Amino acid sequence: MNRVLIVAQHDGDQLASATAKTLQCGRAIPDAQISIVVFADQGNLLAAQAAKLEGIYEVIVVNDVAHAHPLAAVIAPQLAELAVEYTHVFAPATTFGKDLLPRAAALIGAVQLSDIFEVASATVFRRFIHAGNALETVEVNAAVIFGTVRVASFVAANSAEKSVLVREYVPKVSSTSHTRFVSISGKSADRPDLQSAKYVVAGGRAFASAENFKQIYELANLLGAAVGASRAAVDSGFVPNELQVGQTGKTIAPQLYIAIGISGAIQHVAGIKDSKTIVAINMDADAPIFEIADIGLVADLFDVLPELKRAFK
Amino acid sequence: MTMKILVAVTRVLDYSAPVRVHADGRGVVTEGVSRAMNPFDEIAIEEALRIKERGSADEVVVATIGPSACQQQLRAALAMGADSAIHVESDATLEPLLVARILLKLVEREQPAIVMLGKQAVDRDHGQTGQMLAALWGRPQATYASEIVLSEATARVTREVDEGLEILDVDLPAVITTDLRLNEPRFIKLPAILKAKKKPLTALTLNELGIEYESRIKVLRVDAPPARPPGIRVDNVQELINVLKDRALLR
Repeated sequence: MNRVLIVAQHDGDQLASATAKTLQCGRAIPDAQISIVVFADQGNLLAAQAAKLEGIYEVIVVNDVAHAHPLAAVIAPQLAELAVEYTHVFAPATTFGKDLLPRAAALIGAVQLSDIFEVASATVFRRFIHAGNALETVEVNAAVIFGTVRVASFVAANSAEKSVLVREYVPKVSSTSHTRFVSISGKSADRPDLQSAKYVVAGGRAFASAENFKQIYELANLLGAAVGASRAAVDSGFVPNELQVGQTGKTIAPQLYIAIGISGAIQHVAGIKDSKTIVAINMDADAPIFEIADIGLVADLFDVLPELKRAFK
Repeated sequence: MTMKILVAVTRVLDYSAPVRVHADGRGVVTEGVSRAMNPFDEIAIEEALRIKERGSADEVVVATIGPSACQQQLRAALAMGADSAIHVESDATLEPLLVARILLKLVEREQPAIVMLGKQAVDRDHGQTGQMLAALWGRPQATYASEIVLSEATARVTREVDEGLEILDVDLPAVITTDLRLNEPRFIKLPAILKAKKKPLTALTLNELGIEYESRIKVLRVDAPPARPPGIRVDNVQELINVLKDRALLR
């Protein structure tokens, strides 16, 4: 039997949808008994949410005031302590999971795979390399396999009818003080989350100014969509970094992705290729974004935006 | 005490060249493709040099692990301004934990206050080495750095995270991994290239470092990514809206 441990991601109040998607990846491991672990300041309510997810055996909660803001340096030794009992330890390939998991894996000498796209067996996995331009199939020979999961490639596990048991775990390792949280900024709570939104509207360098980029927000508001951006738009200062989609930035998988004024560098395409439908609007008929777009429109964005806004009203 | 920064770099396929995959699944086409320094590592070197130029560090040592051709990237780093270089020779593809173990040996030799490296290599896209080194070293990590402010014994690092910008204080020594917006690396000038030839470059083997090598990740095959079905072109917004409605993507 395989024993799979899923590391929950949350904001202190709610489990992130990335948790249920990571769980779904874990469920693809054959003959698996799956546990979810919640590291939190006061995690009992979060653990209760996790306990309702389908296909799990138990939930482990580690309550520690040091988890009020998650720090890899603090969580990793605690996770490593638990991990030795498991064959697989998965976390979402978000900045939370990508920061934490290698640190924990190294502490117990485990192998890690990053950005798992598909599970072929308990030891064979598929993952993208070269910014999504190649897909490698790897076989891992290790007692414990750590993996970050490309959440855009998995649907969220459903809720179950009955909750499983929650047990509290008290780590033996003492907390470290060499890493201290100072602050976080940029959370825009009033807008759909880029990584779980059904619709995403994104803009690129062609907007030419932060002022012009506001039209993307207006369009997104009309559609109830999340806002994304290319690296060029972020580097030009039109929008903050957390809106960046691509190899650096977020990987997304909305039902509908509308790219306006984005040329489609391979680094950007790496982050959108899981989208169900890609619409590209660009003035340059040869822009690489049209190679992966399901629907392409060659047009000047400043001509098209007012029309789109009218149509979406 | 001298304050030293160790920068770890890796050689990758030139990321501006299109990536192609061999039809038989044996791997990515490397023949005829030029190599370059991993762009995130270039940012790490630049940042280390800026810290030194501000007077907050005395020495920048750059290191890489790989075949002898990797010395090209070390020479480029020396031409940018690094003081010395270490080349750990290996022809094998090394998994991140092994790279971290090798870097730990270099850390023990060099005693740096900061180890800086790119947040990921753009070929294998693992993004693990910095965090693994920090774990093995028992020191703090600050990944995805977009700003670094040093004071006596700590670094205040702004990190690009999914939620926005996070600021951490880490005690030194520490591992910092660099993100795109930290800086823009300088161009190398010709006189610097000539000068770099005279800078010290030490070659070491895995044997000399006491590293035994056993790969636990076996690549079975490499394929082109699944192709999307060919798309259509529309001529105007109205047509676009009609198609979206037909496909039930809009009401």
